[in-house]
Amino acid sequence: MMDRKYELTKNNKLIPVVMMAVGLIAIVMGFMTDHTRTWTTLLHNNFYFTAMALCGTFFVAVQYIAQAGWAVGIKRVPEAMGGFLKYGMVGMILIFIFGHHDLYHWTHSELYDVNSPQYDHILAGKQGFLNIPFFVTRMVAYALIWVGFTYALRKQSLREDAEGGLEPYRKSVSMGAVFIVLFAVTSSTSAWDFLMSVDAHWFSTMFGWYTFAGLFVSGLAMMCLFILFLRSKGYMDHVSSNHLHDVGKFMFAFSIFWTYLWFSQFMLIWYANLPEEVVYYQVRWESFKTLWVTNLIVNFCAPLLVLMTRDAKRQIPILWVAGIIILCGHWLDVYLMVTPGVLGKDWHIGFIEIGTMIGYLGLFVRVTLGELSKASVVPKNHPMFQETLHHHI
Amino acid sequence: MAKRIYGIYEDEEVLMDAITSLKGNGVVCKDVQSPFPIHGIDKLLDVPRTRIAIVSFMFGITGTSLALLMTWYMMISDWPINIGGKPNMMFYMNLPAFIPVTFELTVFCAAHGMALTFLLRSKLLPGVTAPIPHPRVTDDKFVLHVDVKDENKLNEVVSLIKSSGASEVMLKSMQFS
Repeated sequence: MMDRKYELTKNNKLIPVVMMAVGLIAIVMGFMTDHTRTWTTLLHNNFYFTAMALCGTFFVAVQYIAQAGWAVGIKRVPEAMGGFLKYGMVGMILIFIFGHHDLYHWTHSELYDVNSPQYDHILAGKQGFLNIPFFVTRMVAYALIWVGFTYALRKQSLREDAEGGLEPYRKSVSMGAVFIVLFAVTSSTSAWDFLMSVDAHWFSTMFGWYTFAGLFVSGLAMMCLFILFLRSKGYMDHVSSNHLHDVGKFMFAFSIFWTYLWFSQFMLIWYANLPEEVVYYQVRWESFKTLWVTNLIVNFCAPLLVLMTRDAKRQIPILWVAGIIILCGHWLDVYLMVTPGVLGKDWHIGFIEIGTMIGYLGLFVRVTLGELSKASVVPKNHPMFQETLHHHI
Repeated sequence: MAKRIYGIYEDEEVLMDAITSLKGNGVVCKDVQSPFPIHGIDKLLDVPRTRIAIVSFMFGITGTSLALLMTWYMMISDWPINIGGKPNMMFYMNLPAFIPVTFELTVFCAAHGMALTFLLRSKLLPGVTAPIPHPRVTDDKFVLHVDVKDENKLNEVVSLIKSSGASEVMLKSMQFS
């Protein structure tokens, strides 16, 4: 059981490459037919998978601060998921540099020219925050903070494997604390930047939290699926149904938390009925009604009913189903955050969207498995490793 | 007529080991009373899993239905009021405004129902004398309940309990159904 690195099989290398090829074909096809639609789907998928990677690092940091013992056995999985962050952030910056005129209405310079007929006094008022140099600076700052902390936490974790002792653990705890503070700010501001500024006239004070809730629950679902996958391959014998129960509880609880924030944002806007706020839901209600209702059913009703009982959270097939439902649901949720603002009623879900998603999924899985193959799946020198073996609920 | 014996222990580790060894000797361990929850004791005593989760679900559903019925009757059926121009003729159109009430009543009913069910089920209501064999079980003693069907074996079981680490053994006769 000790010191087992994940060994990449032939299929682990081949299948992601095929998936990435499908994604590449979809993207190329998209650019040949409709570039706005392709940029939209790129932003959507890139954000979705970057957010899941960010959730990996966030999860590790939270477990360090809480000094939790139960998650030690599974912590290599979120750690490995963090490995995707660097690719995701590079993608984010590239998408902004090349696609900003298609995606972000506020990047057009004529909006800020008083003499131009396109002059927009609302956006001109937001120019202090929403301007290209500051936006790029913020993006680079997010990338440095997130990737930097991911790298540093990972480094301490590997040092612990090699040398043992308490020092890497203590360092990780204090680093985790700093990261959480920075994450609290950057997760919120990055949600405004990447997603909310698509609808530049609109704003919601709940948006940062709402995006965070989606990020966390989709990351947890992905983590759960990776744990189940590793367990089925025999790499995670130390993970018992008690650990899976805790992961299941996390998915259940944060699905409800997501709904709570979804509803809080919706109800305030619905009740206040202010024109500048209601436009956001108006386009979703008029052109995306089916998806918009499906979003709530898939992300709230399904996890609520599937994961409610204790037995369900301890059964592997049910966890597979719940994880896949949540992942699909939050893919749709991010779709509904990005697409209506860019494409309006001319939206599609076709080969371009699904293909790009498959491509990104392939890259994400390949990077995560690659990271898992670089270090032992069992953090045997972690001071709470014995505790995790005896975890029982 | 079966005899119930109380074995009183000083330490939960000793108690846990005692249960294992007593069960090995064919002694029926019925229950344990302790000042704090002991991890893994229900498995050792073969206590069936609690059904309080099902109770809480049913109380929650009751709360949801109550809240929906109440808001429908008050705000739609009996006396529709125009509040901020919100639709007040159809229940489903005004549903978002009723969700907070529904949520609160669901939680209220589930929590209170669960607490009351628990108290009733454990025969602990205000004014009721708690059925504890030894007052110090609420402080620092651990009591093991053992049933002996065959009275000839009484002395044997008592000595088994004593040798398993009990500091004291008490007897109580009871009707056995």
